Amino acid sequence: MPDLTTNCAGITSPNPFWLASAPPANSGAQVMRAFDTGWGGAVWKTLGQPIQNVSSRFGGLHYRGTRAIGFNNIELITDRPLEVNFKEIYEVKKRFPKHAVVVSLMVETEQEWHDIIKRSVDAGADGLELNFGCPHGMCERGMGSAVGQEPTVNERITAWAVKYSSVPVLVKLTPNVSDIVPHGLAAQRGGAAGVSLINTIKSIIGVDIDRLVPEPRVSGASTNGGYCGAAVKPIALHMVAALARDPMFNLPISGIGGIANWRDAVEFIALGSSSVQVCTEVMLRGYRIVEDMIEGLEGYMRDKGFERLDQLVGRAVPAFSEWGDLDLNYETVAKIDADKCIGCHLCVVACDDGAHQCIHNDPNGSFVPVVDESECVGCNLCQIVCPVPGCITMAEVDNGFAPATWNEHLYEDAVLRPKKGAH
Amino acid sequence: MATKLPENRAESVFADYKPAYQTPQALAEANRCLYCQDAPCIGACPTGINIPEFIRKIATGNLRGSARTIFDSNILGMSCARVCPVEVLCVGDCVYNRMDQPPIQIGKLQRYATDLAFESGWQFYEAGPDSGKKVALIGAGPASLACAHRLRRFGHACTIFEKRDVIGGLNAFGVAPYKMKADRAIEEAEWVLGIGGIEVKTGIEVGVDVSFSQLERDYDAVFVGIGLGPDRHLGVPGEELEGVYGAVDFIEAIKLEPASFEGVRRAVVVGGGNTAVDCVREAIGLGLGEVTMVYRGTEAKMSGYAHEWKAAKIDGARAIWRRHPIAYEGDGGRVTGVRVAVLDDDKQPIPGREELIGADLVLVAVGQSRLLDLLKLDGVRMDSRRILTDADGATGRPGVFAGGDLANGAKEVVNAVAEGRDAAVAIHAYLTEA
Repeated sequence: MPDLTTNCAGITSPNPFWLASAPPANSGAQVMRAFDTGWGGAVWKTLGQPIQNVSSRFGGLHYRGTRAIGFNNIELITDRPLEVNFKEIYEVKKRFPKHAVVVSLMVETEQEWHDIIKRSVDAGADGLELNFGCPHGMCERGMGSAVGQEPTVNERITAWAVKYSSVPVLVKLTPNVSDIVPHGLAAQRGGAAGVSLINTIKSIIGVDIDRLVPEPRVSGASTNGGYCGAAVKPIALHMVAALARDPMFNLPISGIGGIANWRDAVEFIALGSSSVQVCTEVMLRGYRIVEDMIEGLEGYMRDKGFERLDQLVGRAVPAFSEWGDLDLNYETVAKIDADKCIGCHLCVVACDDGAHQCIHNDPNGSFVPVVDESECVGCNLCQIVCPVPGCITMAEVDNGFAPATWNEHLYEDAVLRPKKGAH
Repeated sequence: MATKLPENRAESVFADYKPAYQTPQALAEANRCLYCQDAPCIGACPTGINIPEFIRKIATGNLRGSARTIFDSNILGMSCARVCPVEVLCVGDCVYNRMDQPPIQIGKLQRYATDLAFESGWQFYEAGPDSGKKVALIGAGPASLACAHRLRRFGHACTIFEKRDVIGGLNAFGVAPYKMKADRAIEEAEWVLGIGGIEVKTGIEVGVDVSFSQLERDYDAVFVGIGLGPDRHLGVPGEELEGVYGAVDFIEAIKLEPASFEGVRRAVVVGGGNTAVDCVREAIGLGLGEVTMVYRGTEAKMSGYAHEWKAAKIDGARAIWRRHPIAYEGDGGRVTGVRVAVLDDDKQPIPGREELIGADLVLVAVGQSRLLDLLKLDGVRMDSRRILTDADGATGRPGVFAGGDLANGAKEVVNAVAEGRDAAVAIHAYLTEA
């Protein structure tokens, strides 16, 4: 059986699945229930000066009948008294000594950081996570993403935290920046043990078009919220990978952003995460999803021959390349399996209207479309729209050209194959 | 003009065989539609409704647009949603069948959109500017309604002559009540007439109360959509017995009137077509005890749709195959049984093989007579079954067009709608050329 034991920045847990700092990790009773269900760790909902929240707080992005493929919230940090939180953290750690309890923090002054860190460590925290990411409510008060967007502020406050903490400090990064790398490096300079990302993306989840008020609606108005859920995974994967492959950056990463199942977790781990944090899918489906996450990850590792989790961490990072280093002579064309095709012609219309006009109705009248391989640029669009698993495959073509990248072409005169579909 | 039907009609005991979708069901099903390009379901619809488009509009909440997409092709889209044999039309051709997944329930989605349009009172069409031309339409069934509606969009004045007091044709008095009730069909017909400028003269039978040649003189064109004639009977002894009815007569009676079936414990339906299967399911639904279909052929050869017969069997129907009535037997003027000959594989009587099947009610569903006499006119072509028309409904006699069961030999409501609609286009061309 593969070993899922996790060590992320010196914080250990029985598996890499941590609850992210959010409503599912709001209280001791919840976190204990989550640990009982199988979660390996939890990042406690951010502690700071308890706030007052609004109603409503959440919004969902629904698409073609699927509810909440994206999600956002305008909820703030904890609204519960600090002493209650610390007491519960203590109780959780007492009952679950091997599970990771990371305490998320967000305060303003150095003195406040000092005090809250001391209390967190005293309560038994295995690590701290500095919330430099929240893009709503707290940032207007000079905290959250207002810190995470300024590398010098990030570095200074990280340094305070590291100075006062006897446990590892993670810095949670905001994605609301043009390039994540300088922010990861700022945390590294500040002495962080690791980073966690992404926090939520500044967003308006939708507009109530009857009332003409954005959502989630608070009386007659709304505000920008933090976007998360399955739909943000691609953004999160890119930011995780951008840090993981940066030669200057060498901290462990706790990956966050749209992780809904074990496959998502494998992707985050392969791009450099040593633990993964989950919130939205738990909010939508409950703690119970972790059973499948653990089993699925174990099954994957067994199938692929990984015995320990760290063998998988970052394994896809080398393949995350610059565009200029991709092989321009690599050629694929779409192949349609006539036995599987159901004749929906979604590939035909997609190729016609959205790609290169190379899939046509069969001139002989069958319902199976025909690919004009001399025009097919191998873009994948047809395969993406095809509703039948395995019906359209992208087949490699041996065109006789040696691999050549754009950079090799520019600087070394490498020969490129003739362009297809560019007339 | 609205015809008030009695509330306690016999058909009122029936519930919908295919219940209407509630919104969550409609959304789930609509979102399942693949939105095919060149969708086979469109080709399978005689009226060519742009099915993927109306379904997508349900999914996005554009319900008014969804209904309009349906009505653009089929102005009787609401009743067709209920009565079409979708299993052998659009649903039967859904691409999901090819991947062994449940096909999209197109009929139920169409009902969802059109019911809403109907109940909301949405009207999508306006009559065209007055052309000064007048068209007479004979029969107020689906073919004439579709024809008249389209003619009004072209601006031609329309007058429908209907021999009954009830408009809607077979949609009103011939559709199985677990698919649609008569009042709904009549209300739909009135909704179609809402375009305005269609005069309906009920209680006037062309050929009796007014001559066909009079219509040809008074109108610029004539559309004939009179459907089929009365039930055929087998011409065997005992047809006069109380309790022996033609199928169409029976269905009309239960749809339009109250009925009592006291004392009926055993019903026999003679025939193996769709009307026979309808009668079987209706008799079961009315609680007429044991219901038996008697057909001269085999289950594999019956012309009734397999999906309908399967549903009838689930309802509790049974059938006796390869039997043909040779007499109805009675007692005191009331039928008590059907004497049948046992047939061989070639439907020939096996000598000496006769049986008696007990029955308190016999419904004879062996076809309907044809109403061809009205059109025995110069230029009109016909065979023994139907008026022969061009694809656009032209009969060969200038200015005379036909559609529906009269011209197609008895098909579905949706065929009648398509033929009426297309004939209107041809009539418009006829009226406006030269």
